Amino acid sequence: MPAVSFDEVSRHFGQVRAVDRVSLDIAEGEFFAMLGPSGSGKTTCLRLIAGFERPTSGDIRLFGESVRDLPPYRRQVNTVFQDYALFPHLNVRDNVGYGLMIAGRPKAERHREVEAALEMVRLGGYGTRKPSELSGGQRQRVALARALVNRPRVLLLDEPLGALDLKLREQMQEELKGLQRQLGITFVFVTHDQGEALSMADRIAVFNDGHIQQVGTPEDVYFRPDVPFVADFVGSSNVLPAELVAQLTGQRQPAAIRPEHLRLGGEGGLTARVTGLSFLGLTTRVSLEAGDTRLTALLPQDAPRPAQGETVSVNWSPADLHFMRGAT
Amino acid sequence: MSTVSTPAAHGPFARMSDALWRNPRLLLLILLAPPLLWLGVIYLGSLFALLLQSFFSIDQFSGLVVREFTLRTYAELFTPANFDIIVRTVTMAACVTLASAVIGFPIAYYAARYARGRWRAVFYLGIMMPLWSSYLVKVYAWKLILAKEGIVSWALDKAHLQWLLDAYLSLPVVGGNSLSVSTTGTFLVFVYVWMPFMILPMQAALERVPVSMLEASGDLGAQPRQTFRHVLFPLALPGVVAGSIFTFSLTLGDYIIPQIIGTSRLFIGQAVYQHQGVAGNIPLAAAFAVVPILIMGLYLWGAKRMGAFNAL
Repeated sequence: MPAVSFDEVSRHFGQVRAVDRVSLDIAEGEFFAMLGPSGSGKTTCLRLIAGFERPTSGDIRLFGESVRDLPPYRRQVNTVFQDYALFPHLNVRDNVGYGLMIAGRPKAERHREVEAALEMVRLGGYGTRKPSELSGGQRQRVALARALVNRPRVLLLDEPLGALDLKLREQMQEELKGLQRQLGITFVFVTHDQGEALSMADRIAVFNDGHIQQVGTPEDVYFRPDVPFVADFVGSSNVLPAELVAQLTGQRQPAAIRPEHLRLGGEGGLTARVTGLSFLGLTTRVSLEAGDTRLTALLPQDAPRPAQGETVSVNWSPADLHFMRGAT
Repeated sequence: MSTVSTPAAHGPFARMSDALWRNPRLLLLILLAPPLLWLGVIYLGSLFALLLQSFFSIDQFSGLVVREFTLRTYAELFTPANFDIIVRTVTMAACVTLASAVIGFPIAYYAARYARGRWRAVFYLGIMMPLWSSYLVKVYAWKLILAKEGIVSWALDKAHLQWLLDAYLSLPVVGGNSLSVSTTGTFLVFVYVWMPFMILPMQAALERVPVSMLEASGDLGAQPRQTFRHVLFPLALPGVVAGSIFTFSLTLGDYIIPQIIGTSRLFIGQAVYQHQGVAGNIPLAAAFAVVPILIMGLYLWGAKRMGAFNAL
């Protein structure tokens, strides 16, 4: 039985279709990422699971039970908010113990569990501090402990790492992944950062315009995108429009090819003009223009580098070309 | 040769601007001196002079002020008649504050959370407009509304509920001949007149409570009333306290409303008015004037101890 299941769920705000007929199953114990640009409906989906929004149509089930008519406080899910939403008038211990206090658990037991939860996020002994006395990363962990101490069956994370700097973010990514493995709780993680989704998730749903474009493993969405949007957003792959692909291969379908699979020079291929060069250390990124199509190639350090404005021929091995459905 | 500065400024204003830019402290001094003089010398100074009067006493025979330090005037505050006035006024102020907070909170909450665009303007107009018209006109209007022949009586009569009003008015303390000469009438008008001063600070405080805070509380299992008790109210408390400072102190000091609407029993403001006017007992008037100041001081101290400002 899936932990979370969307059945043709829509959420409209007036004329805006934030989520439009989304169907989706999230398995128990899975680390599931919802990836998409802002306004793509991923956060609304998370809020639908938490119960902050109600579906305009369709049904949401948690472990098989419909939660359409269940307010947030009756759902066994907990959320880590994007802005953490720690209560400023309570200290760390009371913040983390809030759910247990509401549930009417005795004080001694509460203290024990709160301290254990704080240890788990490596904030033992911080109980008497106020949230305002903590750094961004520490607040983030308090928010995590506050959700996890209630032992939710599903943990929802709304861009929890968005406000942290790069180094802390990478560290927290590993910690989150480790926690999830250790606890075995279903994590649903919303992010607009493809790197974050690819590195952490077991499966990813790519959102655009209120629709799911593709659901799959990180390898699936990275190497085998279903539609041009996924190729472009997740892998920053080159998308070749159907007409161009028809000229080159005779098959009238859009196709994706990864920048590292493009070679410059050689016989035949696509003729393109070099419009930009950036040195990236291990590789050099070359921006190309072939008619109306823009391409990016990543050249290894030992490959000969073209000059700005030069016209080159672009080649690839046919096996690297990945055909997709849908129009560009 | 080129120069980095624009051509030298001409005129006294330009030179003055330059001088002030180089001496920011001088600018601060110039800006702060007039209001500090006003507040410090004219306002606080005269208040202090008044307080000084409360340590003098009045000669019972000649009616002249004896300019000698004594606490006798303060002792006079505790005679049954005077102490009654203080208790009555403080009770009234507390009731008015409580009622304003209870009635005003939903309005402030609505304005902070839901009102947008045009409805926001309607809210501000609705709250502020009563403040634009004369206080006296409003109070006399209420006298007509609450009078025996007024619209309240008339409406209750038409609804065959006159007996309800009569039963209420026959109660001791809150009742009277009609609403306009009862303590209840005084209370109603106080609540009406001071309500905006309660709503506006509460609305400002509620506006600063992020929606995600309330969602987080619900997410952690709290029902709406628990969220109100444990999150929304504590976070709104600084606004409620700020508003209550207004409603409480304005009620403590007012002498017009209880004179026009209500019983003949005095409030602190009326006592001050009578003692400094007709009776010429400036020391006792001054001592009465100290009472609201002390009460407000105690109130703020208590509010701070209870953690009302922790969320600031």
